[in-house]
Amino acid sequence: MELTLAILITVVGASTPILIAALGELVVERAGVLNLGVEGMMLIGAIAGFVVQFHTGNPYLALLCGAAAGTAASLIFGFLTLSLSANQTATGLALTIFGTGFSALAGSSYSARPVTLMQPLFPADLATHPVLRVIFGYSFPVYFSFVMVVAIWYFLHKTRAGLILRAVGENDQSAHSIGYSVIGVRYLAVMFGGAMAGLAGACFPLLLTPQWAERMTAGRGWIAVALVVFASWKPFRLLGGAYLFGLVMTMELYAKAGGGPLSAVPSELWAALPYLATVVVLVLISIRRDASTNAPACLGKPFLPAN
Amino acid sequence: MPNRLELTGITKQFPGVLANDHVSFSVKPGEIHALLGENGAGKSTLVKMIYGIMQPDAGEIRWNGEPVVVPNPKAARKLGIGMVFQHFSLFEALTVLENIALGMDAKIPSRELESRIREVMQTYGLLLDPHRTVATLSVGERQRIEIVRALLLNPQLLIMDEPTSVLTPQEVEQLFTVLRKLAAEGCSILYISHKLHEIKALCDTATILRGGKLVDTCDPKQETSRSMAEKMIGTGLRDIVKGEGRVLGPPKLVVNRLRTGKTGHFDVPVDNVSFTVRSGEILGIAGVAGNGQNALLDALSGEIIGDDREAITIDGYGIGLMNTTERRKQGLCAVPEERNGHAAVGDFSLADNSVLTARDRLGMVVMGLINSGAAKTYTGKVIADFAVKALGPASTAGSLSGGNLQKYIMGREILQKPSVLVVSQPTWGVDAGAAAAIHQALVDLAAAGSAIVVISQDLDELRALCDTLAVINMGRLSEARPVKDFSIEEIGLLMGGVHGTTEGADAIPA
Repeated sequence: MELTLAILITVVGASTPILIAALGELVVERAGVLNLGVEGMMLIGAIAGFVVQFHTGNPYLALLCGAAAGTAASLIFGFLTLSLSANQTATGLALTIFGTGFSALAGSSYSARPVTLMQPLFPADLATHPVLRVIFGYSFPVYFSFVMVVAIWYFLHKTRAGLILRAVGENDQSAHSIGYSVIGVRYLAVMFGGAMAGLAGACFPLLLTPQWAERMTAGRGWIAVALVVFASWKPFRLLGGAYLFGLVMTMELYAKAGGGPLSAVPSELWAALPYLATVVVLVLISIRRDASTNAPACLGKPFLPAN
Repeated sequence: MPNRLELTGITKQFPGVLANDHVSFSVKPGEIHALLGENGAGKSTLVKMIYGIMQPDAGEIRWNGEPVVVPNPKAARKLGIGMVFQHFSLFEALTVLENIALGMDAKIPSRELESRIREVMQTYGLLLDPHRTVATLSVGERQRIEIVRALLLNPQLLIMDEPTSVLTPQEVEQLFTVLRKLAAEGCSILYISHKLHEIKALCDTATILRGGKLVDTCDPKQETSRSMAEKMIGTGLRDIVKGEGRVLGPPKLVVNRLRTGKTGHFDVPVDNVSFTVRSGEILGIAGVAGNGQNALLDALSGEIIGDDREAITIDGYGIGLMNTTERRKQGLCAVPEERNGHAAVGDFSLADNSVLTARDRLGMVVMGLINSGAAKTYTGKVIADFAVKALGPASTAGSLSGGNLQKYIMGREILQKPSVLVVSQPTWGVDAGAAAAIHQALVDLAAAGSAIVVISQDLDELRALCDTLAVINMGRLSEARPVKDFSIEEIGLLMGGVHGTTEGADAIPA
């Protein structure tokens, strides 16, 4: 029982940053933009969040600055791909490389200096209760991620702005000819994606390991990108996918720590599982044709007005 | 009463071309006004400026007597200008209701919008299910969405950009009924087309553009189709010269129970199609877009390879299991509908594009090496013979205008002297002069003994060009008969899916 609870709590911790970053990327992709720079934006958010937490000790300010830093990074991407119509794949990859290098440089004097972890949102009675902590024991980003799943679903399917965003991702030329600003909508989407990735990055020093380490997001940004496809661009499937991946990653940790039935499977296999799962799901989706049509039709294509 | 719309001295300059040169005309309230001209005459540019997509460099637009500037489409809709585009601005993955909501500037709760949509649909007989996904709708139904969307704004001027190019004759008649009703209610209509008999049937006034200049404003009911066409082209119109009393040879292309599997989501496969084309014969295949034409072309060209060797034979030799290259060697060339990206590679030079389809028939590849001299010479000949406006064999396919690219592609295949040629939409988007040249080249090729299949949605083209005609509907082909045995109503009914050859005569309304 004790172990099960502990595992559950670790799963939530591991899943939350992936979920937040993937939700941002989902909105970006629904607008027709493929930003492969999630990992880079997360790292920039992580170092920004760490520095602010280190100097102010205010985790909310740290999260906010992480989001702001992610937004700033996404604006580089937005300017290159949207204003200058650069190739999105190449620019996204460059953003990840840039974010990795930039965060390492900015964080070089902070290595091995601890910060305090973010405190749970609910009062200590609930947050440390032996059983109820499974529900109340988390800090703000965890609850935020759940709210955002619902909010993004509602936004995309129930609001006019969401309809316009989907329309821009579905057929940019038509949206343009009806009179919507394709570039404007995509800028907003890219900035939202950047903010979410930055916030997700800031979760690493604030929720998981209270210090700065180079490349501390460890490829979670790539998993977030894969998850969006895995979830066929649907927020609730994304929630399921993020927790599935979080579970597998936690299994890896427990398998590595040794003991219990988990170590029967080599930890390397656990580590590879999320990626294997992604491949399998992508194959399944491409076999089931009707599901693959859910991909925004203009995904990754630069928008050049026809006239 | 002031004119609904009045244009004075509208001028628009693009790099290298004067798209509109001091164009002035006016549209009265309740008038159906045709805007007539060849491709590149400047019709689209002109209406884009009226609808606010582009701004004129000079000139004035007056709306109900007041001078206005239309900065964007939103402003145009606010004035009361609606537009139905030739290429629909629809979102395939979204529903009819969502598509219409996107076109509305005001925020309307979806329930209220739905009831207003149903009201407009009822009033004008434009029936559609608001909750269907657009991807599942036919082209005619999609156009209805655009019309409903425009009508919801209670427009005073409705611009229709070549609305009938994809409709069956019956659908065209329904559309005209709607437009006449609108005009009777006082809505002006600006109707862009190059189909002269439609303009004669529908429009009160016609403004003819040529090379960006206004040539004439006339009453189409007083003109003949021919006189308007000549104003449009600027010279006398050439007729297709068919050798009289031509004798068709023995069967060349025989298709027997050809069928294809389902290839895509919304593709219609061909089902049990049989026909025979004799040497010297041009067979036309009519039908509304999306009824299996693409699958038929792919199955004939070899892009879709069947499982029956004898399903397609040339001179009795079964080619049903061959791929495109092998079929080309057997003398079967094909031109698909989509010219850029399917019939030609946009980023390749014209010479390289020639190598892609003519290499085997004309020996352009020797021991795996491209004979670029031969490719250039051949491409130069295509450019010269078909009057392709291109800088030379080295210009890229993508740099050509649609009509010129089509001329190049048709020329590239025709000059290979194939014994069987299958073409889809041979003159789609090509101006009248060039279309006549392409038609003549096809007739000449047939006269030289080739068997030709023309898949087209343009009934005028098929009736002028073909010896025999069949209609494709939902992947099934009607019996092929001499083209003069068909009445236009009968073709229309077959296109709409009314089958039956024996009792067919009774089914046609008088």
